[in-house]
Amino acid sequence: MMGEIVYFPDRCPEKDLVQNSISRRASRRTLHSQAGGRFRLHQRGIHGEMRLFVSEGAPGSLPVLAAAGRAQGRAELLISTVGPEECVVPFLTRPKVPVLQLDSGNYLFSTSAICRYFFLLSGWEQDDLTNQWLEWEATELQPALSAALYYLVVQGKKGEDVLGPVRRALTHIDQSLSRRSCPFLAGETESLADVVLWGALYPLLQDPAYLPEELGALHSWFQTLSSQEPCQRAAETVLKQQGVLALRPYLQKQPQPGSFEGRAVSNEPEEEGLAALSEEEIAMAVTAWEKGLESLPPLRPQQTPVLPVAGERNVLITSALPYVNNVPHLGNIIGCVLSADVFARYSRLRQWNTLYLCGTDEYGTATETKAMEEGLTPQEICDKYHAIHADIYRWFNISFDTFGRTTTPQQTKITQDIFQRLLTRGFVLQDTVEQLRCERCARFLADRFVEGVCPFCGYEEARGDQCDKCGKLINAVELKKPQCKVCRSCPVVKSSRHLFLDLPKLEKRLEEWLGKTLPGSDWTPNARFIIRSWLRDGLKPRCITRDLKWGTPVPLEGFEDKVFYVWFDATIGYLSITANYTDQWERWWKNPEQVNLYQFMAKDNVPFHGLVFPCSALGAEDNYTLVNHLIATEYLNYEDGKFSKSRGVGVFGDMAQDTGIPADIWRFYLLYIRPEGQDSAFSWTDMLLKNNSELLNNLGNFINRAGMFVSKFFGGYVPEMVLTSDDRRLLAHVTLELQHYHQLLEKVRIREALRSILTISRHGNQYIQVNEPWKRIKGSEADRQRAGTVTGLAVNIAALLSVMLQPYMPTVGGTIQAQLQLPPPACRVLLTNFVCTLPAGHQIGTVSPLFQKLENDQIESLRQRFGGGQAKAPAAPAVVEAVVTAAPQQVQVLMDEVTKQGNIVRELKAQKADKNQVAAEVAKLLDLKKQLALAEGKPPETPKGKKKK
Amino acid sequence: MAAAAELTLLEKSLGLSKGNKYSAQGERQIPVLQTNNGPSLTGLTTIAAHLVKQANKEYLLGSTAEEKAIVQQWLEYRVTRVDGHSNKDDIRTLLKDLNSYLEDKVYLTGYNFTLADILLYYGLHRFIVDLTVQEKEKYLNVSRWFCHIQHYPGIRQHLSVVVFIKNRLYTNSH
Repeated sequence: MMGEIVYFPDRCPEKDLVQNSISRRASRRTLHSQAGGRFRLHQRGIHGEMRLFVSEGAPGSLPVLAAAGRAQGRAELLISTVGPEECVVPFLTRPKVPVLQLDSGNYLFSTSAICRYFFLLSGWEQDDLTNQWLEWEATELQPALSAALYYLVVQGKKGEDVLGPVRRALTHIDQSLSRRSCPFLAGETESLADVVLWGALYPLLQDPAYLPEELGALHSWFQTLSSQEPCQRAAETVLKQQGVLALRPYLQKQPQPGSFEGRAVSNEPEEEGLAALSEEEIAMAVTAWEKGLESLPPLRPQQTPVLPVAGERNVLITSALPYVNNVPHLGNIIGCVLSADVFARYSRLRQWNTLYLCGTDEYGTATETKAMEEGLTPQEICDKYHAIHADIYRWFNISFDTFGRTTTPQQTKITQDIFQRLLTRGFVLQDTVEQLRCERCARFLADRFVEGVCPFCGYEEARGDQCDKCGKLINAVELKKPQCKVCRSCPVVKSSRHLFLDLPKLEKRLEEWLGKTLPGSDWTPNARFIIRSWLRDGLKPRCITRDLKWGTPVPLEGFEDKVFYVWFDATIGYLSITANYTDQWERWWKNPEQVNLYQFMAKDNVPFHGLVFPCSALGAEDNYTLVNHLIATEYLNYEDGKFSKSRGVGVFGDMAQDTGIPADIWRFYLLYIRPEGQDSAFSWTDMLLKNNSELLNNLGNFINRAGMFVSKFFGGYVPEMVLTSDDRRLLAHVTLELQHYHQLLEKVRIREALRSILTISRHGNQYIQVNEPWKRIKGSEADRQRAGTVTGLAVNIAALLSVMLQPYMPTVGGTIQAQLQLPPPACRVLLTNFVCTLPAGHQIGTVSPLFQKLENDQIESLRQRFGGGQAKAPAAPAVVEAVVTAAPQQVQVLMDEVTKQGNIVRELKAQKADKNQVAAEVAKLLDLKKQLALAEGKPPETPKGKKKK
Repeated sequence: MAAAAELTLLEKSLGLSKGNKYSAQGERQIPVLQTNNGPSLTGLTTIAAHLVKQANKEYLLGSTAEEKAIVQQWLEYRVTRVDGHSNKDDIRTLLKDLNSYLEDKVYLTGYNFTLADILLYYGLHRFIVDLTVQEKEKYLNVSRWFCHIQHYPGIRQHLSVVVFIKNRLYTNSH
């Protein structure tokens, strides 16, 4: 590393020389060498010390050194030279020079900011014009310039290759200078903007070859600045009279600048533009469309019970078993049962042989606690809550093939069998555990039956397993002043024998199995992560017994008064529920070759499904079907916080039906915000928004219009369709989107696939809007035919949507199908191509609106009812107002009026009526159109991406 | 968020009643403001600083020379680094850097809330919204800062609230 001697001549002779720390006088003093090859530019500190880090050949040094003179007398400046790859700024990953370290410890790592700081020290005030130049320099000039310098210095290119990228920027400077006829960028005197831009441009422009003759104003500005002493000095120091090649040692260490022309800097998400289609794709889509109903395969006969069939795709779907002691909240519902339901319904639409099962998880401490609270027996509690759960899921239209429970003889039989197999194969250990025992109640206390003072934070009501205040996990015996939750007496520590599953011994099998299963599977990333982190930390033996009564008995001498710990036998619930559904349950659960197992859950359940149960099953050596695809969601929050039963915050399953909002709307919104890949939050305002914009205004509006046109203009019969090239393109676009939907759902990306439905409907709305069948129907024969084609194609898209919608909104899907009288086979199968299912001549039924508008005050009162402090927050009126849209009927009325008024104008024009009269009617028409656009929730101007016919 | 929409948000958070109209320039849709008494202004941070002065809230641009330079440095960072990159690796580096920078800071300048916090918040919103819980924990300091700014009165407006969980989930203990 080389130190560089720099000195700054005094540019402000009027300043008190004593104060000039970096003055001509001062700069000629000796430079004190410091350790590590650093050189110190002498000075008395006045406002402290700052340290500038530069690197040989770093172009940023030019403006910084040229501006440094401004800081004279303000602070002591030390200059250190570092290597081009040295990371000076501790918080930046990539090396950056020049950097100015301030006395306070702060770093300025932006060249402009360093120059600005020097200028600010000299008393200069910031102004808009300088800010504008500096922003332009950073965002426009620098990307172009670094590309040009890289081509020139590192790649040895010449001429237009170098000048090309920067020409536009140079012209911009030239024009700004000449337009304002000022010698400097920000006015009559040299300022910060000039120094920064000059410093940036100097390496390139000092070679006359890259300073175009025709840019006169730029020319003279550049010459003026270059001849000034601070700039000259800086140039000499940095370029050392080697010209631009002096930058080589630095630039060749830099990554190649990206193609600066093509970079997308927009903050906006990509416009929902139409993808480019090849002729081939279009032709294929048209061929598939024309095959129509014939292409539907024969329907699978529905069998009960559903059993795997050799040679078919057999899909076994489970949803995590909800714990019986509570009413599930929306987060529980979307986390497993609803997500799994969408996939099960989709799977059936694909004609895959599908069994979807779930049930309540009923054993364990929590049930006993709850029973005690409610003064019932555990069995009575389970019966009560099992019915509540079943009712809720019925209301949400969850299509279980069976919804069972874990408190059955089958559960005992299968659990004990797996245990026995593990025991005889040496995978079960025994050990003694210190536990709290209540002498008065004569039993060991499970974690939740103990309360006491938290050993960590001193919280008074910490539970035996976890402190609610500090969140730390607690070992019940560590609690201070423990109390039995039932009788409030002080328990004593006693030891108790327990059984452990020897997970370390099974770890190798598990890893082998994961190694085979994970690649190419659809395990969600969070599930993979959780399993990986457990394995990384190494598995430990897990206790599988508990001193409880309410559970599966342990079939081992000496353990008669113990039961299995729920996490050992809860996952076995899937097997026993299947066994209660069919005595041939082993065809599902001991058949990994033929069965594809999808398990849905929230992420907290991943270890039991992805690790503990597979270990038990592998250790039992009975050819169990193990999870192929573990689908775990993140968490759903409520408004800004968490769902909390105890605080009465959030919507719980049984309350959703009291809101008056239909189950399908709940399903839609929950699926729309499904915590897929990230947490999400339920928000009332957002629900209103999505209902009114996506369902009412987009989807509902399109499907209703398509059906209404058939009823109104064609007497309820689907008209003849004569496809033009525009229509063929639309077919291909819809097909493409449909295929995207399939790809996503095959990967269980449920939330994303829902977007495809809405996209198709948006295409449909735009198609109707552009082609205006309501006008053409009143026109010539050709116009009428066009109106027929558009209507026919639109109503077929509506039919397709009704099927695509089924997994998400089964009732709405069914309603649309009834309105359109879609033939039954077409309702039950979803092909990968868009086919004509409503051929010309098909008679549709009565069309009516599908969705209700959600009103602000309705939502506000619901928000208050389900509360959680949200009521205080303003209802974000700005957002709501922006999307208030009219009901479809109102849109229809306006549309009719626009049509009517359009005819009046046409007639007047045809009659060559008085100009003023025509103008007045045209004004009325424009006004109506504006109202219509507003009612449809569109911006009044022509929508972007509108196709020209 | 388009730049014009962002500036409108800023106007509201600054309490400027009269909304300006912005046009957009070039393919990057750089915002342009036609001022009443002078030439037009171009560029997000330039206009933003202008609005701050218009609202007589100069303190949002920093009060000392050092603070002013730091504010401008982060504004530049916003339009070059945050807006300039959308590939995942760049975003990760950016969040990592910011996270380590914010380790000992409440605001970008240290202890004072400035325009840099507002515009960086607006600019990062689209990325933070997409972070997983795990990533939010990884960039804990960014999360803390972001959560703080989004609850700063009048800043967030219609932007969605990003939820940050207080309890850590991805600790390695189990």
